[in-house]
Amino acid sequence: MNAAGFPLLSLLTFLPLAGAAIILTVRGTAEVVASNARWTALWTSLLVFALSLVLWFEFDTAHAGFQFEERLNWLPEFGVTYHMGVDGISVLFVLLSALLTPLCILASWESVQTRVREYMVAFLVLETMMIGMFCALDMLIFYIFFEGVLIPMFLIIGIWGGPRRVYAAYKFFLYTFAGSVLMLLAILALWYGAGTTSIPALMEWGVPKGWQHLVFLAFFASFAVKVPMWPLHTWLPDAHVEAPTAGSVILAGVLLKMGGYGFLRFSLPMLPQASADFAPLVFALSVVAIVYTSLVALAQTDMKKLIAYSSVAHMGIVTIGVFSFNQQGLEGALFQMLSHGIVSGALFLCVGVLYDREHSREIARYGGIAKVLPAYALVFMLFTMASVALPGTAGFPGEFLVILGAWQVSPWLALGAGVGMILGAAYMLLLYRRIAFGPITREGLRRLADLSPREHAVFAPLVALTLWMGIAPSSFTRFFEASVAQLLAQHQAAFALTRLAGVP
Amino acid sequence: MNWTLALPEIALAVSAMAILVGGVLPRRDTTFPAHIAALGALLLAAALTLAQDRGLAFGGQYVADGFSTFAKLLILFGAAAGLALAQEWNARQGIARFEFPVLILFATTGMMVMVSAHDLIALYLGLELLSLPLYVIAAFDRDNPRSAEAGLKYFVLGALASGLLLYGAALVYGFAGTTRFDRLAQLLADPARVSAGVVAGMVFVLAGLAFKVAAVPFHMWTPDVYEGAPTSVTAFFAAAPKVAAFALLARVLTGPFGGLEAQWQQVLHLAALGSMVLGALAALGQQNIKRLMAYSSIGHVGFALIGLAVGGEAGLRGTLLYLAIYMVMTLGVFGVLLCMRRGGRAVEGIGDLAGLGRTDPALALAMAVFMFSMAGVPPLAGFFGKLYALLPAVQGGFWTLAVVGVLASVVSAYYYLRIVKVMYFDAPLPAFDARPVAVSVVVAGAGLFTTFFFLFPAPLIAAAQAAVAALMG
Repeated sequence: MNAAGFPLLSLLTFLPLAGAAIILTVRGTAEVVASNARWTALWTSLLVFALSLVLWFEFDTAHAGFQFEERLNWLPEFGVTYHMGVDGISVLFVLLSALLTPLCILASWESVQTRVREYMVAFLVLETMMIGMFCALDMLIFYIFFEGVLIPMFLIIGIWGGPRRVYAAYKFFLYTFAGSVLMLLAILALWYGAGTTSIPALMEWGVPKGWQHLVFLAFFASFAVKVPMWPLHTWLPDAHVEAPTAGSVILAGVLLKMGGYGFLRFSLPMLPQASADFAPLVFALSVVAIVYTSLVALAQTDMKKLIAYSSVAHMGIVTIGVFSFNQQGLEGALFQMLSHGIVSGALFLCVGVLYDREHSREIARYGGIAKVLPAYALVFMLFTMASVALPGTAGFPGEFLVILGAWQVSPWLALGAGVGMILGAAYMLLLYRRIAFGPITREGLRRLADLSPREHAVFAPLVALTLWMGIAPSSFTRFFEASVAQLLAQHQAAFALTRLAGVP
Repeated sequence: MNWTLALPEIALAVSAMAILVGGVLPRRDTTFPAHIAALGALLLAAALTLAQDRGLAFGGQYVADGFSTFAKLLILFGAAAGLALAQEWNARQGIARFEFPVLILFATTGMMVMVSAHDLIALYLGLELLSLPLYVIAAFDRDNPRSAEAGLKYFVLGALASGLLLYGAALVYGFAGTTRFDRLAQLLADPARVSAGVVAGMVFVLAGLAFKVAAVPFHMWTPDVYEGAPTSVTAFFAAAPKVAAFALLARVLTGPFGGLEAQWQQVLHLAALGSMVLGALAALGQQNIKRLMAYSSIGHVGFALIGLAVGGEAGLRGTLLYLAIYMVMTLGVFGVLLCMRRGGRAVEGIGDLAGLGRTDPALALAMAVFMFSMAGVPPLAGFFGKLYALLPAVQGGFWTLAVVGVLASVVSAYYYLRIVKVMYFDAPLPAFDARPVAVSVVVAGAGLFTTFFFLFPAPLIAAAQAAVAALMG
């Protein structure tokens, strides 16, 4: 229970499962089932989103610790409790997941016509796993949700994906699974060492110095695949290209954030020494990721692949921010994750709009779209600008803060991140120019219909958020300011302590 | 002499003989009544096991304790489920005979004697009582050359293993002067009394038992027997006998050979590593799903061996939990395999599952749950099995076992996913024939257990803990 006397987080987590159960019980002809499944999924996810708004209004931003906590004995003899709660770092991710799911369901309204029931069930189960993962305050519960994501995502890519979907689904599953099982060993080691799996207790515990590096590497294996960091990113372009539009949105919007969230939740607070020691490695990998994947993005001919590579570059900025260990860097990383969740999700939806009409993602097949689809072109332009971090859009505050933070570590690092911004502008503007401007390249394009009311409804909240985050970033940063400050204070205290102990 | 302690075994043996007589006498076909009677006998034995007193009997050759109760209930459950799965399949396959339930009952009696053995002679007796009926039912489809080959192969290799075990028992007796477990334990607790002969004897005994659980390097029979034997028989092989052999292994290692921990730990260490790696790699290229499950079972045995190799209460508890969960999953999987029948003919290629997600969504969902669970994806039961097996390994600092274990489970995830892929991603083949009701019930039960184990893990853990406490004294 929590201050509200009401298990809000559990409700948010498990309500989608109830919706999935309802969908499974629907009987009737294929059309009836499909329509019922769509509406049930939409209403369930909208209800979850409405409930999640309670977090937005009731969350005490001055308080750095965990809020809305719930506890239930689960495996008492092992010291495992069902423990849920959110702090400033996780609360906005819960909201992000709850926001993106109904949009995804709406976006798949017409594009998914086969096995609609299974599709909606998979999405609702996915929502349960995502929200549960961000709320879990017990390592084992966290791991269960973290891994549980794989099952619905594997099926979504594999059943409703593109031509090479099977390969992409395998690659996604096996890459992530391989990283995660190593994390499981680290969790077991911590469990054995501390005698508890409670995340708050482990933050206090202080992992023995001799263990830190190995445990860090095990966690790193999992989170670096998830983020993804170069050179472990190769699953991402495949998964993104083959996944259905909504699957890509969730992948880019939420699943990638699990890695960054993991670094903030486990690596930094529990393993301060190892995090500091490995920071140069992380910086190196991040800069390589930013520069390399930006260059790769420049050469892409497939819109989705281009955006997928841009995701890797943007997440490289996030990892730089996380490991810069200062207020600006960490806040920038968190902000960047949120804005990337919205902007890249929206960009994938933009690609989906064209794909639904033309069934092609080849950049070369389009041209002069702005003349035919003016509303669409406007929306697409806004998200392109947000992706290149134009001030006034969601992309800017995050990248700016990260570069500020990185400058304090080393100006060279800031330069690396800055190069990424320049290259990012290059490939995104190139993409937009080739698709939207110039002469209309094919006659077939003239017949395309502009955004439908349903698509307007999908894009409206994303446009509003993109502008809101760009114009008034403080209404978002206020959520995590206190938690980040506390995390940094703890980190520095632990670091000072170990350094003191290291002095002869 | 307290013979009432062995009442469950006695009841089972007597009812098996009664069914045998009852099956021979009437002129009409008695297969179905025999199956029902056999299920009743298993139920009776389970009730008697629950009501059983604790203690030693037959001059210390037989023991009934909390551990044996736990293992026996698992075995009886596995045997009953195997029997329920087999009946309809055998009838459709044209190999239904009333001897089948009788042989299963004898084998089950043998398993129960194994877990209650407190003497090397009783151990051997139980093991042979288990093995001989198994040789017969492996060749039960006697007109099918593959089945006959499976039976013969199993018999020849099984006889070799029995010989090894008996030779080992003789060595132990020769060098230690007793076959009783408690006296051996007393004797071997003193390092001065441990001779090379006893150690050699113990290794031979371990080899014999490793054959029964199909651990590397004594696994060679498994793929051929799994593939060749009728599927209903394979379903039985895969579940209960593994539990019995593991229970026996646990009792032998902690009891009489408890003083030789340093020696057997190395053996089990290697067996566990080998089994996990081989189970993961060898299954990758398989096309026959029974053969694939055979290699998968070798991999799972490797995981279960982790707990034994690590030793201690936590390790043993991990093994027991792993076995219990594995047994339920494997029964479910074989339930699905028994539904693989198209146009009256049983099919067993992996490709035959193509499109099951469309033609029979419920069955495909159950199979997908088992596959993800066997791969160890939370929140399914298989994940918890792996968790409780790995935790003691990490605690004991057995990092090689833990790391190889998780990596092997990633490799094996590939072939489990392949089955999910075939069922959901591939174009559908014609639907399977209607499922028998008993099979649906077993598959649904196993599926529900596998899916919802995470909600109520405590009772099973507590039962395993109590069993381990009884064994370790």
